[in-house]
Amino acid sequence: MAGKDQAYIVGAYEHPLRHAPDHSVARLHAEVAKGAVEDAGLSRDDIDGFFCAGDAPGANPWSLANYLNLRKLRHLDSTDMGGCSYLIHVAHAAQAIAAGRCNVALITLAGRPRSEGISGTQVRVRGSNLPESPYEMPYRPVTLNLYAMCAMRHMHEFGTTSEQLAWIKVAASRHAQHNPHAMLRKPVSVDEVLASPLISDPLRRLDSCVVTDGGGALIVARAEVAAQLHRPRVRIKGYGETTKHQDGGKIDLTYTGQAWSGPRAFEAAGVGPGDIQYASIYDSFTITVLLQLEDLGFCGKGEGGRFVQDGNLIAGVGRLPVNTDGGGLCNNHPSNRGGMTKIIEAVRQLRGEAHPELQVPGCTLALASGIGGAIGHRHGAATLIMEREA
Amino acid sequence: MMTEQRSGAWKLGDPALNPGDEEYFIAARNGSLLVGACRACGELHHYPRCMCPFCWSAEVELKPAAGAGTIYTFSVTRKGPDTPYCIAYVQLDEGPIMMTNIVDTDLDLVRVGQRVRLVCVPTDGDYAIPMFTPAQAE
Repeated sequence: MAGKDQAYIVGAYEHPLRHAPDHSVARLHAEVAKGAVEDAGLSRDDIDGFFCAGDAPGANPWSLANYLNLRKLRHLDSTDMGGCSYLIHVAHAAQAIAAGRCNVALITLAGRPRSEGISGTQVRVRGSNLPESPYEMPYRPVTLNLYAMCAMRHMHEFGTTSEQLAWIKVAASRHAQHNPHAMLRKPVSVDEVLASPLISDPLRRLDSCVVTDGGGALIVARAEVAAQLHRPRVRIKGYGETTKHQDGGKIDLTYTGQAWSGPRAFEAAGVGPGDIQYASIYDSFTITVLLQLEDLGFCGKGEGGRFVQDGNLIAGVGRLPVNTDGGGLCNNHPSNRGGMTKIIEAVRQLRGEAHPELQVPGCTLALASGIGGAIGHRHGAATLIMEREA
Repeated sequence: MMTEQRSGAWKLGDPALNPGDEEYFIAARNGSLLVGACRACGELHHYPRCMCPFCWSAEVELKPAAGAGTIYTFSVTRKGPDTPYCIAYVQLDEGPIMMTNIVDTDLDLVRVGQRVRLVCVPTDGDYAIPMFTPAQAE
Protein backbone atom coordinates (compact mmCIF):
# COMPACT_ATOMS: atom_id res chain seq x y z
CA MET A 1 0.00 0.00 0.00
CA ALA A 2 1.24 3.47 -0.85
CA GLY A 3 1.77 5.98 1.96
CA LYS A 4 -1.27 8.21 1.76
CA ASP A 5 -3.60 5.30 1.20
CA GLN A 6 -2.51 3.51 4.34
CA ALA A 7 -5.06 2.95 7.06
CA TYR A 8 -4.72 3.49 10.79
CA ILE A 9 -6.82 2.54 13.79
CA VAL A 10 -7.27 5.96 15.35
CA GLY A 11 -10.14 5.32 17.74
CA ALA A 12 -11.04 2.39 20.02
CA TYR A 13 -13.60 2.06 22.78
CA GLU A 14 -14.88 -0.83 24.86
CA HIS A 15 -18.19 -0.42 26.66
CA PRO A 16 -17.59 -0.59 30.44
CA LEU A 17 -20.73 -2.61 31.15
CA ARG A 18 -20.88 -6.41 31.13
CA HIS A 19 -24.53 -6.59 32.15
CA ALA A 20 -26.85 -4.04 30.60
CA PRO A 21 -30.45 -5.11 31.15
CA ASP A 22 -31.69 -1.52 30.84
CA HIS A 23 -29.85 -0.71 27.61
CA SER A 24 -31.25 -1.35 24.16
CA VAL A 25 -28.90 -2.88 21.59
CA ALA A 26 -29.09 0.35 19.57
CA ARG A 27 -28.10 2.37 22.66
CA LEU A 28 -25.08 0.12 23.24
CA HIS A 29 -24.02 0.60 19.60
CA ALA A 30 -24.51 4.36 19.96
CA GLU A 31 -22.51 4.58 23.18
CA VAL A 32 -19.55 2.68 21.75
CA ALA A 33 -19.68 4.70 18.50
CA LYS A 34 -19.56 7.92 20.50
CA GLY A 35 -16.78 6.54 22.67
CA ALA A 36 -14.61 5.60 19.69
CA VAL A 37 -15.17 8.90 17.88
CA GLU A 38 -14.23 10.83 21.03
CA ASP A 39 -11.21 8.59 21.61
CA ALA A 40 -10.00 9.49 18.12
CA GLY A 41 -10.69 13.19 18.57
CA LEU A 42 -13.03 13.23 15.59
CA SER A 43 -16.69 14.14 15.26
CA ARG A 44 -19.78 12.41 13.95
CA ASP A 45 -19.74 14.13 10.56
CA ASP A 46 -16.18 12.98 9.87
CA ILE A 47 -17.56 9.44 9.46
CA ASP A 48 -18.04 8.55 5.80
CA GLY A 49 -17.78 4.76 6.10
CA PHE A 50 -19.86 2.52 8.36
CA PHE A 51 -19.31 -1.16 9.08
CA CYS A 52 -21.56 -3.42 11.15
CA ALA A 53 -22.42 -7.14 11.32
CA GLY A 54 -25.20 -9.48 12.35
CA ASP A 55 -25.37 -8.06 15.87
CA ALA A 56 -26.62 -4.72 14.51
CA PRO A 57 -30.38 -4.32 14.80
CA GLY A 58 -31.71 -5.61 11.49
CA ALA A 59 -28.26 -7.01 10.64
CA ASN A 60 -27.76 -4.22 8.10
CA PRO A 61 -26.42 -0.67 8.34
CA TRP A 62 -29.47 1.48 7.72
CA SER A 63 -31.26 1.20 11.07
CA LEU A 64 -28.16 2.16 13.06
CA ALA A 65 -27.14 4.81 10.51
CA ASN A 66 -30.58 6.28 11.10
CA TYR A 67 -30.34 6.02 14.92
CA LEU A 68 -26.86 7.57 14.92
CA ASN A 69 -27.89 10.04 12.21
CA LEU A 70 -24.77 9.40 10.16
CA ARG A 71 -25.19 11.86 7.29
CA LYS A 72 -21.98 11.63 5.26
CA LEU A 73 -21.84 7.91 4.47
CA ARG A 74 -20.47 6.88 1.11
CA HIS A 75 -19.16 3.41 1.97
CA LEU A 76 -21.15 0.69 3.77
CA ASP A 77 -20.29 -2.90 4.64
CA SER A 78 -22.37 -5.35 6.67
CA THR A 79 -20.18 -8.41 6.17
CA ASP A 80 -21.15 -10.92 8.84
CA MET A 81 -18.72 -13.69 9.76
CA GLY A 82 -19.81 -14.03 13.36
CA GLY A 83 -17.23 -13.16 15.99
CA CYS A 84 -14.44 -12.37 13.52
CA SER A 85 -16.55 -9.88 11.54
CA TYR A 86 -14.82 -6.86 13.10
CA LEU A 87 -11.33 -7.96 12.09
CA ILE A 88 -12.67 -8.35 8.58
CA HIS A 89 -14.27 -4.90 8.85
CA VAL A 90 -10.90 -3.37 9.73
CA ALA A 91 -9.36 -5.12 6.73
CA HIS A 92 -12.18 -4.06 4.44
CA ALA A 93 -12.01 -0.51 5.77
CA ALA A 94 -8.31 -0.44 4.94
CA GLN A 95 -9.12 -1.67 1.44
CA ALA A 96 -11.90 0.93 1.04
CA ILE A 97 -9.54 3.68 2.18
CA ALA A 98 -6.86 2.48 -0.25
CA ALA A 99 -9.47 2.48 -3.04
CA GLY A 100 -10.52 6.03 -2.19
CA ARG A 101 -14.00 4.99 -1.08
CA CYS A 102 -13.89 6.60 2.37
CA ASN A 103 -11.63 8.45 4.79
CA VAL A 104 -13.01 7.69 8.23
CA ALA A 105 -14.71 4.36 8.93
CA LEU A 106 -16.75 3.54 12.03
CA ILE A 107 -17.07 -0.13 13.08
CA THR A 108 -19.47 -1.06 15.87
CA LEU A 109 -20.40 -4.21 17.80
CA ALA A 110 -22.92 -4.50 20.61
CA GLY A 111 -25.37 -6.94 22.10
CA ARG A 112 -26.97 -8.17 25.30
CA PRO A 113 -26.92 -11.99 25.37
CA ARG A 114 -26.43 -11.99 29.14
CA SER A 115 -29.66 -10.07 29.69
CA GLU A 116 -31.42 -12.17 27.08
CA GLY A 117 -30.29 -15.47 28.64
CA ILE A 118 -28.47 -16.86 25.61
CA SER A 119 -25.91 -19.57 26.46
CA GLY A 120 -23.55 -21.91 24.70
CA THR A 121 -25.55 -25.05 25.43
CA GLN A 122 -28.65 -23.91 23.55
CA VAL A 123 -29.44 -25.01 20.04
CA ARG A 124 -29.45 -21.82 17.99
CA VAL A 125 -31.40 -21.79 14.76
CA ARG A 126 -29.38 -19.56 12.47
CA GLY A 127 -31.85 -19.09 9.66
CA SER A 128 -34.02 -20.96 7.20
CA ASN A 129 -32.89 -22.59 3.95
CA LEU A 130 -29.57 -23.71 5.43
CA PRO A 131 -28.64 -26.79 3.37
CA GLU A 132 -26.90 -28.59 6.24
CA SER A 133 -29.63 -28.13 8.83
CA PRO A 134 -31.59 -31.38 8.26
CA TYR A 135 -28.31 -33.33 8.44
CA GLU A 136 -27.12 -31.65 11.65
CA MET A 137 -29.89 -30.16 13.77
CA PRO A 138 -31.38 -33.55 14.81
CA TYR A 139 -28.06 -34.30 16.57
CA ARG A 140 -28.29 -31.12 18.69
CA PRO A 141 -25.02 -29.39 17.87
CA VAL A 142 -24.50 -26.45 20.24
CA THR A 143 -21.60 -24.07 20.58
CA LEU A 144 -20.04 -26.06 23.43
CA ASN A 145 -20.09 -29.50 21.85
CA LEU A 146 -18.91 -28.26 18.46
CA TYR A 147 -15.75 -26.88 20.07
CA ALA A 148 -15.49 -29.83 22.43
CA MET A 149 -15.30 -32.27 19.52
CA CYS A 150 -12.23 -30.38 18.24
CA ALA A 151 -10.62 -30.60 21.66
CA MET A 152 -11.38 -34.32 21.89
CA ARG A 153 -9.75 -35.01 18.52
CA HIS A 154 -6.71 -32.87 19.35
CA MET A 155 -6.25 -34.81 22.60
CA HIS A 156 -6.52 -38.07 20.68
CA GLU A 157 -4.03 -37.17 17.97
CA PHE A 158 -1.49 -35.16 19.95
CA GLY A 159 -1.89 -36.12 23.59
CA THR A 160 -3.08 -32.66 24.60
CA THR A 161 -4.39 -32.63 28.16
CA SER A 162 -7.10 -30.83 30.12
CA GLU A 163 -4.34 -29.44 32.35
CA GLN A 164 -2.71 -27.79 29.36
CA LEU A 165 -6.03 -26.28 28.24
CA ALA A 166 -6.54 -25.02 31.78
CA TRP A 167 -3.33 -22.97 31.57
CA ILE A 168 -5.02 -20.80 28.93
CA LYS A 169 -7.75 -19.91 31.42
CA VAL A 170 -5.21 -19.40 34.18
CA ALA A 171 -3.35 -16.85 32.02
CA ALA A 172 -6.58 -15.02 31.18
CA SER A 173 -7.56 -14.86 34.86
CA ARG A 174 -4.14 -13.59 35.92
CA HIS A 175 -4.60 -10.74 33.42
CA ALA A 176 -8.24 -10.06 34.29
CA GLN A 177 -7.43 -9.37 37.95
CA HIS A 178 -5.99 -6.03 36.77
CA ASN A 179 -9.05 -5.08 34.67
CA PRO A 180 -11.67 -3.30 36.79
CA HIS A 181 -14.33 -3.92 34.12
CA ALA A 182 -13.64 -7.65 33.69
CA MET A 183 -16.56 -9.92 34.44
CA LEU A 184 -14.36 -12.51 36.21
CA ARG A 185 -11.50 -10.87 38.13
CA LYS A 186 -10.45 -13.66 40.48
CA PRO A 187 -7.27 -15.51 39.48
CA VAL A 188 -7.86 -19.25 39.17
CA SER A 189 -5.46 -22.19 39.32
CA VAL A 190 -5.18 -25.17 37.00
CA ASP A 191 -6.80 -27.28 39.71
CA GLU A 192 -9.73 -24.90 39.97
CA VAL A 193 -10.30 -25.09 36.24
CA LEU A 194 -10.20 -28.89 36.40
CA ALA A 195 -12.63 -28.89 39.33
CA SER A 196 -15.24 -26.90 37.41
CA PRO A 197 -18.13 -28.94 36.01
CA LEU A 198 -17.88 -30.72 32.69
CA ILE A 199 -20.25 -29.04 30.25
CA SER A 200 -19.41 -31.05 27.16
CA ASP A 201 -16.47 -33.46 27.36
CA PRO A 202 -13.66 -32.50 27.53
CA LEU A 203 -14.61 -28.83 27.99
CA ARG A 204 -15.51 -27.54 31.44
CA ARG A 205 -17.26 -24.42 32.60
CA LEU A 206 -13.94 -22.61 33.07
CA ASP A 207 -12.79 -23.61 29.57
CA SER A 208 -15.62 -21.40 28.29
CA CYS A 209 -15.83 -17.67 27.69
CA VAL A 210 -18.12 -15.37 29.62
CA VAL A 211 -21.51 -14.35 28.25
CA THR A 212 -21.67 -10.57 28.44
CA ASP A 213 -23.69 -7.58 27.34
CA GLY A 214 -21.86 -4.59 25.98
CA GLY A 215 -19.79 -3.91 22.89
CA GLY A 216 -17.01 -1.95 21.33
CA ALA A 217 -16.18 0.28 18.41
CA LEU A 218 -13.23 1.30 16.26
CA ILE A 219 -12.38 4.17 13.96
CA VAL A 220 -10.18 3.39 10.96
CA ALA A 221 -8.86 6.43 9.10
CA ARG A 222 -6.70 7.40 6.16
CA ALA A 223 -3.07 8.48 6.80
CA GLU A 224 -3.77 12.21 6.34
CA VAL A 225 -6.54 12.05 8.94
CA ALA A 226 -4.43 10.00 11.36
CA ALA A 227 -1.55 12.50 11.04
CA GLN A 228 -3.78 15.32 12.33
CA LEU A 229 -4.88 13.48 15.46
CA HIS A 230 -3.12 13.54 18.80
CA ARG A 231 -3.09 9.77 19.28
CA PRO A 232 -0.40 7.11 18.83
CA ARG A 233 -0.49 5.86 15.24
CA VAL A 234 -1.51 2.20 14.87
CA ARG A 235 -1.09 1.14 11.26
CA ILE A 236 -2.86 -1.83 9.72
CA LYS A 237 0.08 -3.76 8.36
CA GLY A 238 -1.39 -7.03 7.13
CA TYR A 239 -4.55 -9.08 7.18
CA GLY A 240 -6.09 -12.31 6.00
CA GLU A 241 -9.58 -13.77 5.97
CA THR A 242 -11.11 -17.10 5.02
CA THR A 243 -13.68 -19.75 5.86
CA LYS A 244 -13.14 -23.39 6.74
CA HIS A 245 -15.83 -26.07 6.63
CA GLN A 246 -16.50 -29.77 6.27
CA ASP A 247 -15.01 -30.28 2.81
CA GLY A 248 -17.74 -32.61 1.57
CA GLY A 249 -17.10 -35.00 4.46
CA LYS A 250 -13.27 -34.98 4.44
CA ILE A 251 -13.40 -33.42 7.89
CA ASP A 252 -10.22 -32.50 9.78
CA LEU A 253 -10.88 -30.79 13.10
CA THR A 254 -7.24 -30.46 14.13
CA TYR A 255 -6.82 -27.01 12.61
CA THR A 256 -8.75 -23.78 12.02
CA GLY A 257 -8.99 -21.34 9.14
CA GLN A 258 -6.13 -19.41 10.77
CA ALA A 259 -3.87 -21.91 9.03
CA TRP A 260 -4.80 -20.03 5.83
CA SER A 261 -5.62 -16.49 6.97
CA GLY A 262 -2.59 -16.25 9.27
CA PRO A 263 0.10 -16.84 6.63
CA ARG A 264 -1.65 -14.36 4.30
CA ALA A 265 -1.54 -11.70 7.01
CA PHE A 266 2.11 -12.40 7.82
CA GLU A 267 3.07 -12.32 4.16
CA ALA A 268 1.29 -9.00 3.61
CA ALA A 269 2.93 -7.54 6.72
CA GLY A 270 6.37 -8.88 5.85
CA VAL A 271 6.87 -10.28 9.34
CA GLY A 272 6.72 -13.69 11.00
CA PRO A 273 5.23 -15.12 14.18
CA GLY A 274 8.53 -14.66 15.99
CA ASP A 275 8.30 -10.88 15.47
CA ILE A 276 4.94 -10.51 17.24
CA GLN A 277 5.30 -8.92 20.68
CA TYR A 278 1.67 -9.18 21.79
CA ALA A 279 -1.19 -11.35 20.50
CA SER A 280 -4.93 -11.13 21.02
CA ILE A 281 -6.06 -14.68 20.25
CA TYR A 282 -9.79 -15.31 19.90
CA ASP A 283 -10.81 -17.21 23.02
CA SER A 284 -14.37 -18.43 22.90
CA PHE A 285 -12.95 -21.54 24.57
CA THR A 286 -9.51 -22.63 25.70
CA ILE A 287 -9.22 -25.00 22.74
CA THR A 288 -9.89 -22.09 20.35
CA VAL A 289 -6.69 -20.43 21.55
CA LEU A 290 -4.59 -23.59 21.43
CA LEU A 291 -5.54 -24.46 17.85
CA GLN A 292 -4.95 -20.94 16.57
CA LEU A 293 -1.53 -20.62 18.24
CA GLU A 294 -0.49 -23.67 16.24
CA ASP A 295 -2.17 -22.52 13.03
CA LEU A 296 -0.64 -19.03 13.23
CA GLY A 297 2.81 -20.59 13.57
CA PHE A 298 3.61 -19.61 17.16
CA CYS A 299 4.35 -23.32 17.63
CA GLY A 300 4.12 -26.46 15.54
CA LYS A 301 0.94 -28.46 14.92
CA GLY A 302 0.30 -30.64 17.94
CA GLU A 303 2.67 -28.63 20.15
CA GLY A 304 0.05 -26.18 21.43
CA GLY A 305 -0.45 -27.97 24.72
CA ARG A 306 3.21 -27.70 25.63
CA PHE A 307 3.34 -24.11 24.34
CA VAL A 308 0.57 -22.81 26.59
CA GLN A 309 1.51 -24.59 29.80
CA ASP A 310 3.47 -23.17 32.73
CA GLY A 311 2.27 -19.62 32.17
CA ASN A 312 3.75 -19.07 28.72
CA LEU A 313 0.83 -16.77 27.77
CA ILE A 314 1.09 -14.60 30.91
CA ALA A 315 2.49 -11.09 30.39
CA GLY A 316 5.82 -10.68 32.14
CA VAL A 317 6.09 -14.42 32.69
CA GLY A 318 5.88 -16.26 29.40
CA ARG A 319 7.18 -15.91 25.89
CA LEU A 320 3.96 -14.69 24.25
CA PRO A 321 1.64 -12.36 26.19
CA VAL A 322 -1.92 -13.18 25.09
CA ASN A 323 -5.20 -11.39 25.87
CA THR A 324 -3.95 -9.02 28.55
CA ASP A 325 -7.46 -7.60 29.08
CA GLY A 326 -8.54 -11.02 30.38
CA GLY A 327 -9.93 -12.00 26.99
CA GLY A 328 -13.28 -13.56 26.33
CA LEU A 329 -12.49 -16.18 28.96
CA CYS A 330 -12.56 -13.64 31.81
CA ASN A 331 -13.14 -10.07 30.65
CA ASN A 332 -15.72 -9.64 27.91
CA HIS A 333 -17.32 -11.49 25.00
CA PRO A 334 -20.07 -9.04 24.06
CA SER A 335 -22.91 -10.30 21.89
CA ASN A 336 -21.18 -13.72 21.89
CA ARG A 337 -18.68 -12.18 19.47
CA GLY A 338 -15.13 -11.71 20.67
CA GLY A 339 -13.40 -10.13 17.68
CA MET A 340 -13.91 -6.48 18.59
CA THR A 341 -12.38 -6.74 22.04
CA LYS A 342 -9.42 -8.61 20.56
CA ILE A 343 -8.60 -5.62 18.36
CA ILE A 344 -9.20 -3.09 21.14
CA GLU A 345 -6.72 -4.72 23.53
CA ALA A 346 -4.10 -4.97 20.76
CA VAL A 347 -4.58 -1.24 20.14
CA ARG A 348 -4.14 -0.55 23.87
CA GLN A 349 -0.89 -2.51 23.88
CA LEU A 350 0.43 -0.71 20.80
CA ARG A 351 -0.50 2.68 22.25
CA GLY A 352 1.13 1.82 25.58
CA GLU A 353 -2.28 2.09 27.26
CA ALA A 354 -2.62 -1.45 28.61
CA HIS A 355 -2.59 -1.94 32.37
CA PRO A 356 0.92 -1.06 33.64
CA GLU A 357 1.34 -4.52 35.17
CA LEU A 358 0.66 -6.11 31.79
CA GLN A 359 1.94 -3.59 29.27
CA VAL A 360 4.46 -5.19 26.90
CA PRO A 361 7.49 -2.86 27.02
CA GLY A 362 8.08 -1.11 23.69
CA CYS A 363 5.24 -2.94 21.98
CA THR A 364 5.34 -2.03 18.29
CA LEU A 365 3.99 -5.15 16.57
CA ALA A 366 0.81 -6.95 17.57
CA LEU A 367 -1.53 -9.53 16.13
CA ALA A 368 -5.25 -10.06 16.60
CA SER A 369 -7.07 -13.21 15.52
CA GLY A 370 -10.75 -13.92 15.18
CA ILE A 371 -12.99 -16.92 14.67
CA GLY A 372 -16.68 -16.72 13.78
CA GLY A 373 -19.17 -19.56 13.83
CA ALA A 374 -17.98 -22.88 15.23
CA ILE A 375 -14.72 -24.62 14.38
CA GLY A 376 -16.54 -27.96 14.73
CA HIS A 377 -18.47 -27.49 11.49
CA ARG A 378 -18.14 -24.11 9.75
CA HIS A 379 -16.33 -20.95 10.65
CA GLY A 380 -14.78 -17.76 9.45
CA ALA A 381 -11.24 -16.84 10.42
CA ALA A 382 -9.44 -13.53 10.21
CA THR A 383 -6.02 -12.25 11.20
CA LEU A 384 -4.84 -8.65 11.64
CA ILE A 385 -1.28 -7.48 12.13
CA MET A 386 -0.89 -3.95 13.46
CA GLU A 387 2.17 -1.77 13.95
CA ARG A 388 2.83 1.22 16.17
CA GLU A 389 4.49 4.04 14.26
CA ALA A 390 6.68 6.53 16.07
CA MET B 1 -23.41 -45.04 37.41
CA MET B 2 -23.70 -44.98 33.68
CA THR B 3 -24.51 -42.02 31.46
CA GLU B 4 -27.00 -43.14 28.91
CA GLN B 5 -28.96 -41.84 26.00
CA ARG B 6 -31.58 -44.33 24.84
CA SER B 7 -32.90 -43.75 21.36
CA GLY B 8 -36.58 -43.05 21.76
CA ALA B 9 -36.11 -41.53 25.20
CA TRP B 10 -36.42 -37.99 23.89
CA LYS B 11 -38.65 -36.26 21.39
CA LEU B 12 -37.23 -36.54 17.89
CA GLY B 13 -39.21 -34.54 15.37
CA ASP B 14 -38.85 -34.45 11.62
CA PRO B 15 -36.11 -32.09 10.54
CA ALA B 16 -37.18 -29.12 8.41
CA LEU B 17 -36.27 -30.39 4.95
CA ASN B 18 -35.31 -28.34 1.94
CA PRO B 19 -36.58 -29.50 -1.46
CA GLY B 20 -34.46 -32.49 -2.49
CA ASP B 21 -33.78 -33.80 1.03
CA GLU B 22 -36.72 -36.22 1.17
CA GLU B 23 -35.06 -39.32 -0.33
CA TYR B 24 -32.31 -39.42 2.30
CA PHE B 25 -34.74 -39.33 5.21
CA ILE B 26 -37.21 -41.76 3.65
CA ALA B 27 -34.31 -44.20 3.14
CA ALA B 28 -33.39 -43.74 6.80
CA ARG B 29 -36.95 -44.69 7.74
CA ASN B 30 -36.29 -47.91 5.82
CA GLY B 31 -33.07 -48.51 7.76
CA SER B 32 -30.64 -47.29 5.13
CA LEU B 33 -27.99 -44.55 5.18
CA LEU B 34 -27.39 -42.81 1.84
CA VAL B 35 -24.27 -40.95 0.81
CA GLY B 36 -23.72 -38.73 -2.20
CA ALA B 37 -21.76 -40.38 -5.01
CA CYS B 38 -20.26 -38.68 -8.05
CA ARG B 39 -20.30 -40.56 -11.33
CA ALA B 40 -17.75 -38.17 -12.82
CA CYS B 41 -14.90 -38.31 -10.29
CA GLY B 42 -15.97 -41.28 -8.19
CA GLU B 43 -15.78 -39.40 -4.86
CA LEU B 44 -18.36 -39.91 -2.13
CA HIS B 45 -19.63 -36.98 -0.08
CA HIS B 46 -21.83 -36.14 2.89
CA TYR B 47 -24.26 -34.42 3.33
CA PRO B 48 -25.84 -35.08 -0.08
CA ARG B 49 -26.20 -32.18 -2.48
CA CYS B 50 -27.09 -31.32 -6.06
CA MET B 51 -23.53 -31.40 -7.31
CA CYS B 52 -20.29 -33.04 -6.36
CA PRO B 53 -18.48 -30.80 -3.85
CA PHE B 54 -15.14 -32.01 -5.22
CA CYS B 55 -15.52 -31.65 -9.02
CA TRP B 56 -18.83 -29.74 -9.31
CA SER B 57 -20.26 -32.36 -11.62
CA ALA B 58 -24.05 -32.57 -11.57
CA GLU B 59 -23.76 -36.34 -12.17
CA VAL B 60 -24.43 -37.21 -8.54
CA GLU B 61 -26.58 -39.95 -7.09
CA LEU B 62 -27.40 -41.33 -3.66
CA LYS B 63 -25.90 -44.70 -2.75
CA PRO B 64 -26.47 -46.79 0.36
CA ALA B 65 -23.55 -47.03 2.75
CA ALA B 66 -22.93 -50.30 4.60
CA GLY B 67 -23.65 -48.60 7.93
CA ALA B 68 -20.34 -49.38 9.60
CA GLY B 69 -17.88 -46.78 10.77
CA THR B 70 -15.38 -45.48 13.30
CA ILE B 71 -15.78 -42.59 15.74
CA TYR B 72 -13.58 -39.70 14.52
CA THR B 73 -14.47 -37.52 17.50
CA PHE B 74 -17.32 -37.02 19.96
CA SER B 75 -18.49 -35.08 22.99
CA VAL B 76 -20.96 -35.96 25.72
CA THR B 77 -22.95 -32.82 26.45
CA ARG B 78 -23.85 -32.87 30.14
CA LYS B 79 -25.41 -29.47 30.81
CA GLY B 80 -28.26 -27.78 28.99
CA PRO B 81 -31.54 -28.94 27.49
CA ASP B 82 -32.14 -32.70 27.00
CA THR B 83 -28.76 -33.72 28.41
CA PRO B 84 -26.86 -35.95 28.51
CA TYR B 85 -26.36 -36.82 24.88
CA CYS B 86 -23.41 -37.74 22.71
CA ILE B 87 -22.73 -35.84 19.50
CA ALA B 88 -20.06 -37.33 17.26
CA TYR B 89 -18.45 -37.35 13.87
CA VAL B 90 -18.33 -40.89 12.51
CA GLN B 91 -16.14 -41.86 9.59
CA LEU B 92 -18.02 -44.30 7.42
CA ASP B 93 -16.04 -47.23 6.09
CA GLU B 94 -16.75 -45.75 2.64
CA GLY B 95 -14.83 -42.59 3.62
CA PRO B 96 -17.05 -39.60 4.39
CA ILE B 97 -17.26 -38.30 7.95
CA MET B 98 -20.75 -37.34 9.15
CA MET B 99 -22.24 -35.66 12.19
CA THR B 100 -24.38 -38.01 14.26
CA ASN B 101 -25.34 -39.12 17.76
CA ILE B 102 -24.00 -42.18 19.59
CA VAL B 103 -26.94 -43.88 21.31
CA ASP B 104 -27.99 -46.96 23.27
CA THR B 105 -24.76 -47.31 25.20
CA ASP B 106 -22.98 -46.07 28.32
CA LEU B 107 -21.80 -42.68 27.08
CA ASP B 108 -18.92 -42.72 29.58
CA LEU B 109 -17.39 -45.58 27.58
CA VAL B 110 -17.51 -43.89 24.15
CA ARG B 111 -14.02 -43.50 22.67
CA VAL B 112 -12.37 -42.01 19.58
CA GLY B 113 -11.57 -44.88 17.24
CA GLN B 114 -14.44 -47.02 18.49
CA ARG B 115 -16.22 -49.14 15.86
CA VAL B 116 -19.91 -48.30 15.48
CA ARG B 117 -22.89 -49.45 13.46
CA LEU B 118 -25.90 -47.66 12.06
CA VAL B 119 -29.19 -47.40 13.91
CA CYS B 120 -31.94 -45.45 12.19
CA VAL B 121 -34.05 -43.83 14.89
CA PRO B 122 -37.61 -43.07 13.77
CA THR B 123 -38.88 -39.56 14.29
CA ASP B 124 -42.36 -38.97 15.65
CA GLY B 125 -43.21 -37.90 12.09
CA ASP B 126 -42.51 -39.49 8.73
CA TYR B 127 -38.76 -40.03 8.72
CA ALA B 128 -35.84 -41.48 10.68
CA ILE B 129 -32.47 -40.05 11.68
CA PRO B 130 -29.27 -42.05 11.10
CA MET B 131 -27.42 -42.56 14.38
CA PHE B 132 -24.78 -45.00 15.58
CA THR B 133 -24.19 -47.42 18.42
CA PRO B 134 -21.10 -49.46 19.38
CA ALA B 135 -20.59 -52.36 16.98
CA GLN B 136 -20.20 -54.90 19.79
CA ALA B 137 -22.73 -55.10 22.54
CA GLU B 138 -21.26 -53.49 25.65
